[in-house]
Order: sequence, then C-alpha cells, then structure tokens
Amino acid sequence: MNSAGPVVTVSGLCKRYGGQTVVDAVDLEVRAGECFGLLGPNGAGKTTVLRMLMGMTPPDGGEIKVLGYPVPQQARQMRQQMGVVPQQDSLDPDFTVVENLRTYASYFGISRAELGSRIGRLLDFASLQHKADARIDALSGGMKRRLTMARALVNDPQLVILDEPTTGLDPQARQLIWQRLRALLSQGRTLILTTHYMDEAQRLCDRLAIMDNGRILDIDSPDGLIRRHIESHVVEVHGPGLARWLAEGDKPGVVRSEQVGETLFCYTENERALVDDLCEHDDLMYLSRAANLEDVFLKLTGRELRE
Amino acid sequence: MTALLKAILAMRWVAVWQRNARVWRRLAGPALLGNIGEPLLYLVALGFGLGAFVGEVEGMDYITFLASGFVCASMMNTASFEGIYSAYTRMAVQETWTAMLYTPLAVRDILLGEALWAASKSVLSAIFILIVAGFLGAVHGWQVIGVLPVALLTGLTFAAMALVVTAVSRSYDFFLYYFTLLLTPMLLFSGVFFPIEGMPPLVQQAAALLPLTHAIELVRPMMTGQPLSNVPLHLAVLLAYAVAALLLAGRLIERRLFK
Repeated sequence: MNSAGPVVTVSGLCKRYGGQTVVDAVDLEVRAGECFGLLGPNGAGKTTVLRMLMGMTPPDGGEIKVLGYPVPQQARQMRQQMGVVPQQDSLDPDFTVVENLRTYASYFGISRAELGSRIGRLLDFASLQHKADARIDALSGGMKRRLTMARALVNDPQLVILDEPTTGLDPQARQLIWQRLRALLSQGRTLILTTHYMDEAQRLCDRLAIMDNGRILDIDSPDGLIRRHIESHVVEVHGPGLARWLAEGDKPGVVRSEQVGETLFCYTENERALVDDLCEHDDLMYLSRAANLEDVFLKLTGRELRE
Repeated sequence: MTALLKAILAMRWVAVWQRNARVWRRLAGPALLGNIGEPLLYLVALGFGLGAFVGEVEGMDYITFLASGFVCASMMNTASFEGIYSAYTRMAVQETWTAMLYTPLAVRDILLGEALWAASKSVLSAIFILIVAGFLGAVHGWQVIGVLPVALLTGLTFAAMALVVTAVSRSYDFFLYYFTLLLTPMLLFSGVFFPIEGMPPLVQQAAALLPLTHAIELVRPMMTGQPLSNVPLHLAVLLAYAVAALLLAGRLIERRLFK
C-alpha cells in the first residue's frame, strides 16, 4: 500500500433503515498514519459508518475504499489487514488470555509458529503478562479492553478501527488506553475511532469529523475546528444576580452569548474587561477558560438533550 | 451452492471447528459420561425390560432393533443441541461469531465450521453407543463401520436444520417449539423404538419425508448385518435436507448479523 495515499476514501455514503436515513451522503478521507475521529451524539450514525467501512453493513448508496479494496465487495481481503476493537469486547469466555489471542489469530490463518514471539509482545502491549493464563471472567474492565486491543493486533494490521474505545472505563484505565493508542500511532498505524468524549477526541485525534443526524457537519483538526467556529475564550457565568446583571446592558468584549439552563456562555476574543466587570458582582460566579471542542460540538449539534 | 462448495474447499471453516473442539476438550469428562452412561441405561432398561415382552422385531432381538434406532436418535439429538443451544450462545450471547466476522472469516465459513463440528460430535456419540451396543450383543459384524460416515451426514443434516432455528431465534424459549413440534415427532415416528410398518399408511407416508427415517434405514442393516436397500435414495434425502438447510441458515444469519 502506498503510505502517502489515503487509507480510507468514502463518497456519497448512505444508509437507510425503514424510512429513516441514518447515514446521509457522507464523504470522508482518512490519511495514512493519522488518528481520525468520528464525534457525534448518540444516534448520529457513527457506528453505522464504521460498520460500513468494515463491510459489516451493506450501504444503500455511495462508494467505500479501504486499504485500496472496494468494500463490501472485497471486504475479506481488506479485513486481513485491518484490526477491530468493537464496543462490546466479545472475548471468548471459554479461553484464557493467551488462548484468546491464539484462537483469534487462527481466524486469520496465522499459525502458532508464525504467531510465536508476537504473543509476548501483544501481552506486553496490553500489560497482561501476569494474566497470560487467566480466564476472561477474572479480568477487570480495563484489562478486557486492553486484551481486545491486543486481539485486534494479532494480524499486525495497518488500520485499526475502534468503536468507543474507552466507554465505561474508569479514569486510570482510560489513561492507559490513550497511551496505548498513541503507541500504535507511533508505530505508523492508522486509527479510526468513534467517541463522544470531547477530551478523548481533542487529545488523540489528528482530525475529526463531527457528525449529527447521519451527516458530517465539519471535518478538521481539533484546533482548526475550535478556531473556525468559536471565539478564543469562553466565560461561563451563573449565580442569583444573573438576570439583574444581564439587564445592565451590553457586556464588554462579548461577541455573542447564549443561556443554557441557569448558565450564560459568553464568547469573546478578549476576556479581560468582562472578567473585571464580573469581579465587581458578589452575586455572580464565573469560569473563564479557553474555548474547547465541546463548545464547537454544542454549537454545531445544538444543546438539547439526546435520548 | 457453488459459494458453499468453494467455502468447503477453502478450509477456512477449520479454524471455527478447531475453536469449538478446543472448548469441548476441557469439558470432555462430563460430556463423555453422558455420552456413554445414558444410552447404556436406556438400552439395558428398555432393551431387556421391554424386550422380554416384545420378543423379536423384524427378525432380530428387540435390543438389537432398539440399539440401531438409538444410535440414530443420538446423532440427531447431539447435532441439534450443539446447533441450537451452543451455537445460539456463541451467536447471540458471547458474540463469538461477530468477533469472527471482523476477521477474514465469512458467514459461510462460520456456518460450515459450526455444522461440521456438530456433525463430528454426532459421529463421536454414535461411536460410544456402538461400543455400548457391542457389549450388549447388539452389533453384528464389521460392516458396522459404515455407520460412521452416515453419522457424519446425519449430524450435518440435523446441525444445519438446527442452525436455521438458531438464526431466527430471539431467545432460548423459542427452541422449545422446534424440539416439541419437530424433533419429538421425529423420534417417535421414524422407527427408533418400533417399526413404522405397524403405523397407519398416512403416518408411514409422512415418516418417509423425515430425515431420521432415512438415517435409520441405513444404520439398522449395517448394525444387524441385514442387506441394505435404496442406499442412494436415503443418502440423497439426507444430503438434500443438509444443503437446503445450510443455504437457508446462511441467508438468515447474514440478514441477522449484517444489518
């Protein structure tokens, strides 16, 4: 495979279930060696896009090319070079940690001898050397996740697809997963992941697609998205004096503002004057911070609750 | 059909077969006890107990008649249980199949691995019952070896049918329909416990459509040393059921997992 070319190209991708369009004319390109994120609220169509990339869901329209293979037509050949970390670990409960890796390798036609020393490296990668012969039900959630990641690497894939890799894990376990994902990137692999954690997306992804209602709203680097959609600074204001303060008139330097629940979000390029003003009000509390991906996300997808 | 043949020759299903075999090996102890113990109890109790009243059936001891029916019933039960409860657990509960589909394995490969594994278990159960039957004097001659390939085909047939049921099931409760409405009548009306010649003509005609009847028509003469007849017909019926069920199961499982 040409290392400079795109690993994934998708154009005009559509998927309908019943009368509902869940993926609507999606175009995207994933470059070799990058970490590409699909970010969106529940039901945005992220998982459906991933499933179509893997050849697990037949598209209703559009074209997909992954690692040079048209999908789903040549999905089998493509999967030989792809690793998947699904949302559910789906580890084999009848086997130990090592047996899980060996058995999974056999599905790729990789013999025991061929796997040989790689097993040790995979256990190292997952920090599971001490659990090599443990049964799956003896593992914690974070260990299972790491084993699932190691399992996705048995065929030494160029591309690894991860569906919400840290959902349901505690903060320490998430840190460890992030570290491992960065290790994969430094090995030159391409990663595609879905997440609804903004911090995860901001930390890991070189580029992001923000999805909602089956559409891609924008694609860029996290910084690029923030720069293009949001003023550099956000001041969050709340407290009993909010209504009275608002009635006092225009606020210094505020480009736009928006009230959500009992909090006012003020967007500004220069927060100094606003903060000075707020300091004089004892009945107001405020948080002054740099704009982040969450602001972009909420601006693009709206603030109403999704269920 | 050509896709199925290609998948058989591509041998990717072997990895699925081996996975199941490895799991079975660790639980083999209790499984073997059931495989030997249960038929032994039934054959002794029914064969001698009931046999004392029945005397000879179709020119043989009742225990010989019963043992040959029993071998076939066991092939059916073994493959059905594996294709239903075990396969459903792997498909719907453990998501083993989904994990396999992230690899170069296709639904066809998984299906063949599962069906041939269940069929292998049928062969194994047939061997054990033949050993038990041999000790009880219900095996007559070396042509009994021919039972083993028939066990593989019969096991494949019932495994494939069971996988169709698995493909459309939403819970374990659903399987009861299959057992009650199809397998139990098959057990009673295919000539396992008594010759179907004594039944009303309509029942006999219906029995001729059941795959188990044809398995018994092949296995009984081989165990008792009587001449075989209509071999191509019996094999063709079993094979037709197997192929049709495999194709249907493949379609249904693809629809279920590739939504």
